[in-house]
Amino acid sequence: MKLSRRSLLRASAAGAATLAAPAIVRAANPIKMAAILDQSGGLELLGRPMLEATKLAVSEINAAGGLLDRQIELIAYDPQTTIQFYTQFATQAAAGDRVDVVHAGITSASREAIRPVLNRFQTLYFYNTLYEGGVCDYNNFCTGSTPAQTVEKLVPYAMNKWGKKVYIIAADYNYGHITADWVQKYVRDNGGENVAVEFFPLDVTNFGPTIKKIQTEKPDFVMSALVGAAHISFYRQYGAAGVNKEIPLASTTFTLGGEHKLVSAEEGNGMIVSFAYFEEIDTPANRKFVSDLRAFSSEDINYISETTARSYEGVHLWAEGVRKAGTTDRMAVIEALRSPVSFDGPSGTVTIEPKTNHLVQNVAIAELRDQVLHVLETFEAQPPSDTLLVCDLDANPNQSTFYFENGLKAAGIE
Amino acid sequence: MDLFLALALQIVYGVSNLALISLGLAIIFGMMRVINLAHGEFIMLGGYTVIVATSHGVNLWFAMLVLAPLVVGLVGVIVERVLIRHLYGRMIDTLLATWGLSLFLIGAVTTIFGPQTTTTISPPIGAVQIGGYGSSGYELFLILITLAAVAGVYAVLRLTKLGLVARATMQRPDMASALGVSTSQVYMLTFGFGSAVAGLAGGLLAPITGVVPTVGAIYIAKAFITVISGGAAILAGTLSASSLLGVVNGVISYATGPTLGEVALLLTAIVIIRIMPQGITGRFFRKSL
Amino acid sequence: MGAETGAGRLWPLGALAVAFMALAPQVLQLFTIINLTTAIALALLGLSLGLIWGYGGILCFGQTVFFGLGAYAYAVAAQNFGDTSTAVLVAIAVGAAFAALLGYFMFFGRVSDVYLGAITLTVTLVFFSLIRRTSGPEYKIGDALLGGFNGTSAPPLTLPWDSAAILFPNQLFYVAMSALTLSYFGCVWLTRSRFGRVCAAVRENETRAELLGYDARLYKLGLFTIGGGLAGLAGVLMANGVGRVTPDLFGLPYAAQAIIWVIVGGRGTLIGPILGAFGIFYLNSWLGSQQLVNLNVVLGLVLIVFVLLLPQGLAPTAMDLAARAMRGRGRARRRRRPRRALAAEPAE
Repeated sequence: MKLSRRSLLRASAAGAATLAAPAIVRAANPIKMAAILDQSGGLELLGRPMLEATKLAVSEINAAGGLLDRQIELIAYDPQTTIQFYTQFATQAAAGDRVDVVHAGITSASREAIRPVLNRFQTLYFYNTLYEGGVCDYNNFCTGSTPAQTVEKLVPYAMNKWGKKVYIIAADYNYGHITADWVQKYVRDNGGENVAVEFFPLDVTNFGPTIKKIQTEKPDFVMSALVGAAHISFYRQYGAAGVNKEIPLASTTFTLGGEHKLVSAEEGNGMIVSFAYFEEIDTPANRKFVSDLRAFSSEDINYISETTARSYEGVHLWAEGVRKAGTTDRMAVIEALRSPVSFDGPSGTVTIEPKTNHLVQNVAIAELRDQVLHVLETFEAQPPSDTLLVCDLDANPNQSTFYFENGLKAAGIE
Repeated sequence: MDLFLALALQIVYGVSNLALISLGLAIIFGMMRVINLAHGEFIMLGGYTVIVATSHGVNLWFAMLVLAPLVVGLVGVIVERVLIRHLYGRMIDTLLATWGLSLFLIGAVTTIFGPQTTTTISPPIGAVQIGGYGSSGYELFLILITLAAVAGVYAVLRLTKLGLVARATMQRPDMASALGVSTSQVYMLTFGFGSAVAGLAGGLLAPITGVVPTVGAIYIAKAFITVISGGAAILAGTLSASSLLGVVNGVISYATGPTLGEVALLLTAIVIIRIMPQGITGRFFRKSL
Repeated sequence: MGAETGAGRLWPLGALAVAFMALAPQVLQLFTIINLTTAIALALLGLSLGLIWGYGGILCFGQTVFFGLGAYAYAVAAQNFGDTSTAVLVAIAVGAAFAALLGYFMFFGRVSDVYLGAITLTVTLVFFSLIRRTSGPEYKIGDALLGGFNGTSAPPLTLPWDSAAILFPNQLFYVAMSALTLSYFGCVWLTRSRFGRVCAAVRENETRAELLGYDARLYKLGLFTIGGGLAGLAGVLMANGVGRVTPDLFGLPYAAQAIIWVIVGGRGTLIGPILGAFGIFYLNSWLGSQQLVNLNVVLGLVLIVFVLLLPQGLAPTAMDLAARAMRGRGRARRRRRPRRALAAEPAE
């Protein structure tokens, strides 16, 4: 079954809807879109549902008559969690397939590998993953949430609830480091104390020494920005040592890959997390999205998380831009998108913020109880405040910079 | 003092963990001079056996301690018959073939079970308080079971007829064959035995680390390096190498964080191999098992 | 070992490479040319391993160390100097120097076989862990941020006399293809030189070579160092092909693939690893855009099948078949020559 699904991958999104559409529409040249999302090699946990959501959005648009009376043809590539293939497939999509837009990338490394390629071949680029912020690129729209958006809300909430001593653990790469810096800033701003900051390579599975250290320091809570399959061990070992009952956890990364379904209810209970989207958001738009996606997807989706919903919203935002521009011409679409364009999606209203090409979006805080997230509070229309500190595309549109330190300096950190 | 105790326990756990994941590989290497690079995937299969079994209502203990070694041992026997048998005496080729097997198993398991498992198993033993520190009771259990596994392997090799015949075959296959031993069967059983121990490790570790198809990669490099550092003697080599490497890793990890802990472990191994190219037991404890 | 030994057969190969270089940009699409640069980089890595494994008997599991170091050295130097020609030389020097250091450590400690494999594998994993740790802004070499897991950007090659003139994809392809061709013929020359023959003697029987008065350690060290330099150059091409240098260049997947190219292409040949690398590269790319079967299943099966059924690899088997076909007469076709003897024996 899986094999037939995969072989149909290219055709399914465009093809299924095309058959239903009138013959005249089919005759027109399709609008081409490439999706480059890891379907194997380690990041498929995130990549597979993201691709399913992208396909759902495309098939919805096609079923409604397409864009500018043209169908969308989706070309999907699997970069196998390898940077080399990102460059390769981005080149192929932009210079070979000559697509009109590329939706691609999960890690920041992959985004940074393909951004220059897509700039060079003048192909519009959407990056739909939450990340550390700091991309300032006229050609690149980043639709995910950034640390300041979630951390700014989560830290004061957790400090009010549990206390002011915070122990920070994070994945040892750019995202983890920058998130940890923002956490430290907001802990200080709210009058708290950072007990310790510790970083873990993405393949570490033994957290025993750290758990002992946490017990020695006795913080009021632990703030986690751990990422990936190996780091799930932390939550298991933390629970197995019984520490989670005394020292609770907060996170801006846990549950993104459905991790809360991989640890037991006991190990996860009481954790607080913050994202721009939760599957459990109780609005008609989201309920429809969740049931549509599950019906559409040929494989089980463990949990529908922010990256998945954003992949869907990213396609629709782009489509709004094309409709508004009335053409697929890259510059016209970019200007239309930045005019700005909004979309009412499952996460609420998302609007493009033209200074940064990021999103103004809702942010929510939720608590984990028995493997289900319960939304506690929603903050509407949050701007990408970190990237805004360093990036102004209105003033200087001719840039494709990545501000590595993402406004940390501008915010007075270090 | 409590902290010291808790830390010491943590380090002992690190050592036993290293020994547990290396033991199966060491048996196969020590007895047959075959390096099984699919060892990590055998551990992974042990984990999957437990997950599949428990989700079908099998008792967790039974699945971990009986089913996992049984299933993976069987897989080992099949692999030996189909693959390894043709490559005896060609150390590099077996290594490459098992590397291929490792890739194949990762791919096959991903195709069958998907990139992640949805079932979870929690450690069946709760937390234990030692002084002011909560420790995982299951980790304590793992330390004990590793000791038991080592003792078990010793007993099988040293005290049983099978172990005697196996050791004889490994030393002088021609002689053993002349005395009426079916060497081919002995090789098959030995490989199956080593695989079963890997399966046991996988089953036991599943509740702690979780199981994904690529989990083997985490184990294989460490196990490979431990076994090579230990040298040819199965038990003495595994125990001495995992003690040394485990202590280095534990102490450095606590002092500076896990990356440097890992790096220290690897560097120690390099130094060991550089000083003792035949591993620790190539120089010390030569006559031991 | 046929192709490298018969002098007459080398010319067609060279002509083929030149013809390919001239024709490819006219015939192929731009993106194919761009991606070819990456394939060529990997082929050069394969060649470097093929040289030291096939002709020196040095089983290096971590040839990626020099590959990754070369790529990083190039990126860091190019970001600092702005002049990429110097950066290329730096990269080759770094690859060779580290190989010399590591080789000294191993060969003079009489480490061999599997143990040597274990050490080289460990070293590449150490670099993989260490480089991934360099995420913070404090990890800077000159102006170049190392970037940890995310890696650092690799400035594209420029004209040697004008550091503002970035090479076009076609020109980059010419550079890469020339580098591969020259390296290949350089290696052929090397293996036929006196030095190369002593290396082969050491590979066949180290003790005997030593008793004849050759210091096996020195010859191995020399060959290993050259292999390191070549892998460093491969790193430069890789950095240019991908545009970014990331820690996964040091990781297990590339280390494993390099071994696979040599096995598939043929141990003991130089053209084999190159063809193996190209073949697996296109197999990978094809699987990534088709998604029919899991990539690992295919790679695993390829490796197993080759080890079991075609342990010599494609190039020698093909040449063997060709030679037999030329000698013809069904008699030879039925009886197979013993593989082991063939793989071990120099063809001359």
